[in-house]
Amino acid sequence: MEMVNIKINGIPLSVPKGSTILEAARQAGIEIPTLCYLRDVNEIGACRICVVEVKGARSLVASCVYPVNEGMEVFTNTARVQESRRMTLELILSNHEKNCLFCVRSGNCELQKLAQEYGLNDPMAWAGEMNHYETDNSAVHMWRNNNKCILCRRCSAVCAKNQAVGVIGANDRGFATHIGCAFELDLAQTPCVSCGQCIAVCPVGAIGEKDDGPKVTAALRDPEKFVAVQAAPSIRATLGEEFGLPVGTNVEGKMVAALRRLGFDKVFDTDFGADLTIMEEANELVERVKNGGKLPMITSCSPGWINFCEMYYPDMLENLSSCKSPQQMFGAVLKTFYAKKENLDPKNIVSVSVMPCTAKKYEIGRDDQSAAGLPDLDITITTRELARLIRAAGIDFASLPDEEFDTPLGIASGAGHIFGATGGVMEAALRTAYETLTGEKAASLEWKEVRGTEGVKEASYKVGDLTVNVAVASGLSNARKVLDAVKSGEKDYTFIEIMACPGGCVNGGGQPIQPASVRNFVDLKALRAKALYEEDAGMDLRKSHENPAIKELYDKFLEKPGSHIAHEVLHTSYKARKRYTI
Amino acid sequence: MYRSHVLVCGGTGCTSSGSAQIIDTLEKELKRNGLENEIKVIKTGCFGLCALGPIMVVYPEGAFYSMVRPEDIPEIVSEHLLKGRIVTRLLYQETVESDTIKSLNHTDFYRKQMRVALKNCGVIDPENINEYIAYDGYQALGKVLTEMTPAEVIEEIKKSGLRGRGGAGFPTGLKWSFAAKYEDDQKYVCCNADEGDPGAFMDRSILEGDPNVVIEAMAIAGYAIGASQGYVYIRAEYPIAVKRLTIAINEAREMGFLGKDIFGTGFNFDLDIRLGAGAFVCGEETALMTSIEGHRGEPRPRPPFPAEKGLFQKPSVLNNVETYANIPQIILKGADWFNQIGTEKSKGTKVFALGGKINNTGLVEVPMGTTLRTIVEEIGGGIPGGKKFKAAQTGGPSGGCIPAEHLDVPIDYDNLLAIGSMMGSGGLIVMDEDTCMVDIAKFFLEFTVDESCGKCTPCRIGTKRMYEILDKISKGKAHVEDLERLDKLAQYIKDNALCGLGQTAPNPVLSTIRYFRDEYMAHIVDKRCPAGVCKELMNYYIDESKCKGCTLCARNCPVGAISGNIKEPHIIDRSKCIKCGACMEKCKFGAIEKH
Repeated sequence: MEMVNIKINGIPLSVPKGSTILEAARQAGIEIPTLCYLRDVNEIGACRICVVEVKGARSLVASCVYPVNEGMEVFTNTARVQESRRMTLELILSNHEKNCLFCVRSGNCELQKLAQEYGLNDPMAWAGEMNHYETDNSAVHMWRNNNKCILCRRCSAVCAKNQAVGVIGANDRGFATHIGCAFELDLAQTPCVSCGQCIAVCPVGAIGEKDDGPKVTAALRDPEKFVAVQAAPSIRATLGEEFGLPVGTNVEGKMVAALRRLGFDKVFDTDFGADLTIMEEANELVERVKNGGKLPMITSCSPGWINFCEMYYPDMLENLSSCKSPQQMFGAVLKTFYAKKENLDPKNIVSVSVMPCTAKKYEIGRDDQSAAGLPDLDITITTRELARLIRAAGIDFASLPDEEFDTPLGIASGAGHIFGATGGVMEAALRTAYETLTGEKAASLEWKEVRGTEGVKEASYKVGDLTVNVAVASGLSNARKVLDAVKSGEKDYTFIEIMACPGGCVNGGGQPIQPASVRNFVDLKALRAKALYEEDAGMDLRKSHENPAIKELYDKFLEKPGSHIAHEVLHTSYKARKRYTI
Repeated sequence: MYRSHVLVCGGTGCTSSGSAQIIDTLEKELKRNGLENEIKVIKTGCFGLCALGPIMVVYPEGAFYSMVRPEDIPEIVSEHLLKGRIVTRLLYQETVESDTIKSLNHTDFYRKQMRVALKNCGVIDPENINEYIAYDGYQALGKVLTEMTPAEVIEEIKKSGLRGRGGAGFPTGLKWSFAAKYEDDQKYVCCNADEGDPGAFMDRSILEGDPNVVIEAMAIAGYAIGASQGYVYIRAEYPIAVKRLTIAINEAREMGFLGKDIFGTGFNFDLDIRLGAGAFVCGEETALMTSIEGHRGEPRPRPPFPAEKGLFQKPSVLNNVETYANIPQIILKGADWFNQIGTEKSKGTKVFALGGKINNTGLVEVPMGTTLRTIVEEIGGGIPGGKKFKAAQTGGPSGGCIPAEHLDVPIDYDNLLAIGSMMGSGGLIVMDEDTCMVDIAKFFLEFTVDESCGKCTPCRIGTKRMYEILDKISKGKAHVEDLERLDKLAQYIKDNALCGLGQTAPNPVLSTIRYFRDEYMAHIVDKRCPAGVCKELMNYYIDESKCKGCTLCARNCPVGAISGNIKEPHIIDRSKCIKCGACMEKCKFGAIEKH
């Protein structure tokens, strides 16, 4: 690698050519504050909080985007720099709704943190006209409050660039600039796919998920209700971050204990639903291959992806697997098989899920998702909302003992666990499909080609006499690449896994919010996924079709994968949707 | 052959004062007199003397008619064109001598001008490429394609010392050499015709009067840097320029000056127009390119500079219209001809759009190094009403105000910067003693606040806060510390804004504070506007000794704020007065004052 020699605050450094000053400074142990910068996503140099002095430069430069060059001398802490950053903060705050006490992001706000670090002490600094906006509450999964927005554009960048959706962006100009939808429509009138990536990247409290925690609390307080909770595969890999544990810590046992202490009657595992999904999906794939059904078949676990497909690729709906998502399959089984088995009135069951995902809030209201004649799911909360419930209940998470899920719906295989990462569904399906199709055990249980955090992965496998071409995409802009290649005939796949969020559910829009100072230098999705793959590797039970609880479910209720009853309970339908409803 | 040519200005200024109707009437009148085959009417571009429009020049006599009305046409036709008797009363009076007419070039307005960029404006029919060719058009392109290597072209431009006429004055040849250096499968040549400074219209006039010069220069630039495609980014508010440029591009394509294998040399170059919606910021080079790409027009951080990653992330060159207008002549006459004109570091000429409190409002082109005094007092004809010169504003919202003490500074890029202003695109607004400098600063800042793209914090919020402080000052509500706050914000924005427009936005405020601090202090401390402009700080009074009690003022006051008995001094009720000034206008005795 070509290196260049520079000096930062007098410290000589050798850094790779092409590095930004920000990256180089970090090498020297110098942290430069950022607000708008999000590596690979939003590199626009707009907020100016990261300015530094470069010897010879007429004005200060934005270190986040300014490349180093040979002999460059940089100063990050001069009075000029410090005063400029301070003024930038004061100016931002002069047009910011400063009701931090009531802000969902208080304590986890990048602006608040900087205000403290720079010792801002005058709430009226540069006071003047402020903009006032109505909060957009129209969408089912989130709200947007422009009064807190600092116009860093991280939300619109992630929406347009990572997700190829681009339903929010800068409207108007100058002091009136604000983030909004085309023609100032409500978010609900746009083809927003509800992925929630904008929430996860917002540095302040301008965007948030709709808080369904109070609904959960109300259900738990109702003595008449049987309240069961399921936790998605990825929650165990991320919840610890909310309580100060390192990124990638698997907290499954503590999570179960916390849920139990919150008062849930049963604490189950969505991974059971994941195993069930594999049974149905692997069967569906085998059927389609054998009977000349529509190929490639595309997974249907990710509701953000389903929304995307219905609005942007309606001509590919037939390629979607008809399987409900693991959450919905789980809910359907809870209110049918489990209710009957435990002699519960389904009407009295409150089915709750903890998900990495805001699109789940949309999914639970979809048509054709009510196996027991009631909605399969009643309330879904994100990892963040669960953490708030745990904190509000005064539970000291870090010192909780490890506890086990309840049976039988808490029994899951390693295949179910890896559903939380990109490629996980594909690998789980391959583990089962291989054995179903060939009747033999595969040489290895680990299908490494589909692992990893790349946006698009491809592999070709020999399954018996069949060649199975697979593709895995995460992030909807990557999904677009794969789908367009299929449509143009450039690619010929048998099976495609698509997850709406980059890296899969571990990086879902409902996951703990990590500040840009972490995101820019740590690959969250890789670290979180690692926790899941490690759990899988340490298990004996690693194939969905070997899950005893799944076997029992088929024996006693569903007969066999793809049966008539399985279709009634576990499968669903899709329809093309208009992008804009004006 | 025609025995006479009548040139009528078809620039935007004269068009809006009715030149289209003049041409129409003229053609009908010629036909009525059977002269249509003897006298040719040509619609040209701008002559520069916009204040006197519509303008018409009759050759071979060179009679310069100004402020022509349709009803004057029959007389011009029957007297001048039919009988050969010049209609003296309609002539530009500067050209009238006792027994003859003076050549235009000897009038004060034109005498000290030197027309390089405007060479063909007001001379040729811009909608006929043959007229451009007749004036050496496309010879320079032919010369570079057949006799010069791209490196030689760049060397010639470098040697000429030509610097960008759009604002910052970056050496053009150097810019081209950077873009030439980067290898890529596609490069672009762009033209900035998004002229947005209030009061500037030189680029519009060039495009309206001589569109082919821009096309030819862009093709030369394309050859020099290795680009096969060009874009002219022009604001949609310039319909006449767009129309003439479109005609010129089509004609150039038909003639083979654009397209494949130009002059049989294997060189390919084509040109397209992109219309801007009038955002000021789109004149900033990276914002302009972002806009051409189809995105919201916002500047992007540099580096990478456009020479490396410009339009569509490809190596690109962007020059402004006036810069291009110099290129063909540099090629034809040589760099040494060009670098003889001007000052040591600013070569050639500069076009200024003269506006404000000046007699000869219009377009002038002078050698670099001409003093402001020459432009204002000689070429501009001084200030109307015998008022005193107070300051001149150059550089638009990025520039500053130059006070009388600097009237004799030779104008070039570096001198203007040194006195706190800048060349900018060439708007030159003259202000007299009735101008309030706080009000002027507020005007420019209001423009910047309104035109800020909103991307970076310093410009989006900082300029707004500056404006709010200025507003307080102009209303007498500010304290002395506010001036320090204003200065602190200004320095901060200069140092922190993302693009050049943001960084220079505080200049009008900084330069007025620098030269007119007393005036700021009068507003802040004495709550007084010395020029009597800031409404909140000014009141109308009736001088009892002068008032005759005629009641005219009271009868004309729209809000009934004036009372008094007939033949007795009147008084103004300040609680009712809306400071419209109607009373002062009507008073025949000069009894009403404002201060």
